[in-house]
Amino acid sequence: MTDSCAAPEQGGALPASVDTEKETVLQGRVLAGDAPVGGAYVRLLDSTGEFTAEVVSSADGDFRFFAAPGDWTVRALHRTGNGEASVTAPGPGVHQVPITVG
Amino acid sequence: MSRESVLVSAQWAEENLEAPGVVFVEVDEDTSAYDTGHIPGAVKIDWKTELQDPVRRDFVDRAGFEKLLSAKGIANEDTVILYGGNNNWFAAYAYWYFKLYGHDAVKLLDGGRKKWELDGRPLSTDAVTREETTYTAQEQDLAIRAFRDEVVEAINAKNLVDVRSPDEFSGKLLAPAHLPQEQAQRAGHIPTALNVPWSKAANEDGTFRSDDELRELYKGAGLDEGKATIAYCRIGERSSHTWFALHELLGYSDVKNYDGSWTEYGSLVGVPVETGA
Repeated sequence: MTDSCAAPEQGGALPASVDTEKETVLQGRVLAGDAPVGGAYVRLLDSTGEFTAEVVSSADGDFRFFAAPGDWTVRALHRTGNGEASVTAPGPGVHQVPITVG
Repeated sequence: MSRESVLVSAQWAEENLEAPGVVFVEVDEDTSAYDTGHIPGAVKIDWKTELQDPVRRDFVDRAGFEKLLSAKGIANEDTVILYGGNNNWFAAYAYWYFKLYGHDAVKLLDGGRKKWELDGRPLSTDAVTREETTYTAQEQDLAIRAFRDEVVEAINAKNLVDVRSPDEFSGKLLAPAHLPQEQAQRAGHIPTALNVPWSKAANEDGTFRSDDELRELYKGAGLDEGKATIAYCRIGERSSHTWFALHELLGYSDVKNYDGSWTEYGSLVGVPVETGA
């Protein structure tokens, strides 16, 4: 059991313990133009716009959430600008969400 | 209780980095953020390895807290400014913990590390050393800490505020959505608890909402101002954030944080559990 609420490492391969048959993974990269944006605050909002989770993007701009099937908005905040993207996860598996700030 | 006595702005913090008698402390679960850059002069406290007993599920005891603060170079007369990641969850937890052991001169940096970074304020990787002190702690102030039996007795009697996300409250998820959902204990919430996610108390940049907005938030959710309140989440850090809003910002007098929270309650045998919104 994880008793930690801190963000795990962002980016890289999914941990072997994660079963993508069961988990709904939303992941992607924060970009400004073509350049990755590390250190962005990436917020997961549910279908009503309610805050659900937040992580900080890795040096390569990567982020990852463990959510549930449904409609989600991912919003990124960075000192250089903000951006957001919508994603629908029809079921478990890995769903990619690119997001551009500026 | 005025907001100025418990919160400082990032602007104030930057202007007081070298003020005598002021110690900045970054509190995180994962201290790698501190190591890649911290507020200049700030020391770090590791939420898990330094504030928790390594064997039992409980806090370090009074002597352990004295030893920790002495080693960090924090004196009884210092004003401690706490900040951290995760929208100040762990900093708010440390704030409550400092209060528990009787350190009154403690404040939170409004917005924590996020606001500081979004403002583009300076971070330093310089090692920080402070001269060791001889810190003296008080016995725990149990007026602000709730234990499980008291929580069960509070059903239908006190305000119970569950500050987790709606999906954790309803039993759909067992942990916040940035963590794998591998826990095995029962999902749901304590009967009669109100669900007011901690995040509703914060703005997008991590600062606390205004007193008027906060009062409206909790009253609108059904909080009875005439009753005592117990806040809980999963492991007690998000509920420290809400405890701070209710007790320190709004000034409600009888507010406790249940640090056992759902990881304890959801594993108790024989207690009532509700699921659904």
